[in-house]
Amino acid sequence: MSLIDSISLPRSIRLPRADGLIQWIVPLAIIAVWQVASVTGFVPTRVLPAPSDVVLAGWKLLVSGELVRNIWVSFWRASVGFLIGGSIGFAFGLANGLSQLSARLTDTTLQMVRNVPHLALIPLVILRFGIDESAKLFLVALGVFFPIYLNTLHGIRTVDPQLIEMGRIYGMTDGELFRRVIFPGALPSIFVGIRFALGIMWLTLIVAETIAASSGLGYMAMQAREFMLIDVVVLSILIYALLGKLADSASRVLERLTLSWHPAFQKR
Amino acid sequence: MQTALRTSLPETELAGRATFAPHARVVREERQEEHRVQASGLPLSIRGLRKSFGDNEVLRGIDLHIPAGQFVAIVGKSGCGKSTLLRLIAGLDKIDAGSISFGQEIQPEDIRVMFQEPRLLPWARVLANVEVGLGRDRASSDAHARAEKALIEVGLADKRDQWPSVLSGGQKQRVALGRALVSRPRVLAFDEPLGALDALTRISMQRLLERVWRDQGFTAILVTHDVSEAVALADRVLVIEEGRIAHDVTVNAARPRQRGSAELAGLEGSILSHLLSADDRT
Ligand SMILES: Nc1ncnc2c1ncn2[C@@H]1O[C@H](COP(=O)(O)OP(=O)(O)OP(=O)(O)O)[C@@H](O)[C@H]1O
Ligand SMILES: [Mg+2]
Repeated sequence: MSLIDSISLPRSIRLPRADGLIQWIVPLAIIAVWQVASVTGFVPTRVLPAPSDVVLAGWKLLVSGELVRNIWVSFWRASVGFLIGGSIGFAFGLANGLSQLSARLTDTTLQMVRNVPHLALIPLVILRFGIDESAKLFLVALGVFFPIYLNTLHGIRTVDPQLIEMGRIYGMTDGELFRRVIFPGALPSIFVGIRFALGIMWLTLIVAETIAASSGLGYMAMQAREFMLIDVVVLSILIYALLGKLADSASRVLERLTLSWHPAFQKR
Repeated sequence: MQTALRTSLPETELAGRATFAPHARVVREERQEEHRVQASGLPLSIRGLRKSFGDNEVLRGIDLHIPAGQFVAIVGKSGCGKSTLLRLIAGLDKIDAGSISFGQEIQPEDIRVMFQEPRLLPWARVLANVEVGLGRDRASSDAHARAEKALIEVGLADKRDQWPSVLSGGQKQRVALGRALVSRPRVLAFDEPLGALDALTRISMQRLLERVWRDQGFTAILVTHDVSEAVALADRVLVIEEGRIAHDVTVNAARPRQRGSAELAGLEGSILSHLLSADDRT
């Protein structure tokens, strides 16, 4: 809501100032309360370490270089997996949205595969790929594929047929029709798919790294659990939250830039 | 004042400006003959035109000749096939039987259609939306200039950089008109273009339609369910019943027409009674 209110194209690229502050008030307040609760012993640190301990753990890992390495590995897996799965999903969405033949050929199959929860494939993937990189990339790509496929397809199918007719009347070639009418019309829906996919991307990665990895944030958390380093576990969770938020913000900025025509993104 | 200034301009410049400047009517009228010969209207001949959708025989033999530059209104009760006829004329649907001819080879840009919905691209600014109307000339170097002229013609020059979503219904429809006009069409078909507008906006749009038609001399075919609009604008009103042209009424009133004058009201009444008696019969 705050975003929609604050959207105005030229300003939106710099984060809107007032809203930028407002949205951090609640998280900061929670951290403050948490710190007080830990220091006063209200929450035993065996259950939940104080924020200061978490920061300290983070600092140590940062100094040793372990933190940056693990974040980088996770980030790399997430983005490469997203790119692979996203582009395949987008390509199928386009093909099936534009071509009846292609849709009849592949859509039913894809819909069937969609009903298998992709995380259920983990044992199979481990058997096939072991715990090397391709296993994680495969799972992330698979998870990301469906939201992007489905929303691209939906976006293209729901482009206003009257606009398409208009384009034809005014002599647009197929290429122009796609570029000027169909693709921009499908874009809002595609962005919905991207936002969904980003959520699934992190979820998949956490699970995959926790179960089958020898590096990355999920692995770091699992290691810490074995050594009872609860502050590191909490740190990993917080970093996941932060990365998720970052990915979401990035997609929102992109959305605002490309959908500036949309009534929801205009100055009031 | 403006007119006086313009008449003192050199001849060549006049010709160029007169086409677009609404103030220069005096000059324009002098040149209208010449103008019509070089650009404007195409005659339209329809013979034995038929169209069915499945078992539903919508048009059952339409015969019609429209001279170049005439303003024809088509009325009839809902579902009688007005839109179908218009779409056939515009080449949007396939003819079952019969023929439509314009007396010569035509380019796609020669015929334009305007619908009740403006059908603007929401993701293109107003000017870009008008440029769409240039058809294959979109890429040409004077595309911008031509689109701007068309916007001036419909009185929306100051909105050129807006998104369509911020325009009112009447303004959107004017952009759609600008888009239809920008390629200088020779036949312009309107399918209830003002159907969704409020009464005041309708009247100002009717004036605008009449003005651009008089300026450009295209052949105008207007489908409307508003009989008073038909008699106010058209040279001739066609009533469609049971898939045929049941009545062909000529409107001789001089332009500019006085809305609500006895002459127009009388015509309106007689056309309405045709429509109503047809309704009673069914
Ligand atoms: N694409 C189509 N497929 C099947 N039937 C159609 C199609 N288009 C029109 N029809 C039928 O043809 C008949 C005439 O439709 P048309 O749209 O030409 O009516 P109209 O005179 O424009 O009506 P209105 O004043 O309500 O716009 C209707 O019975 C309609 O159901
Ligand atoms: Mg109709």
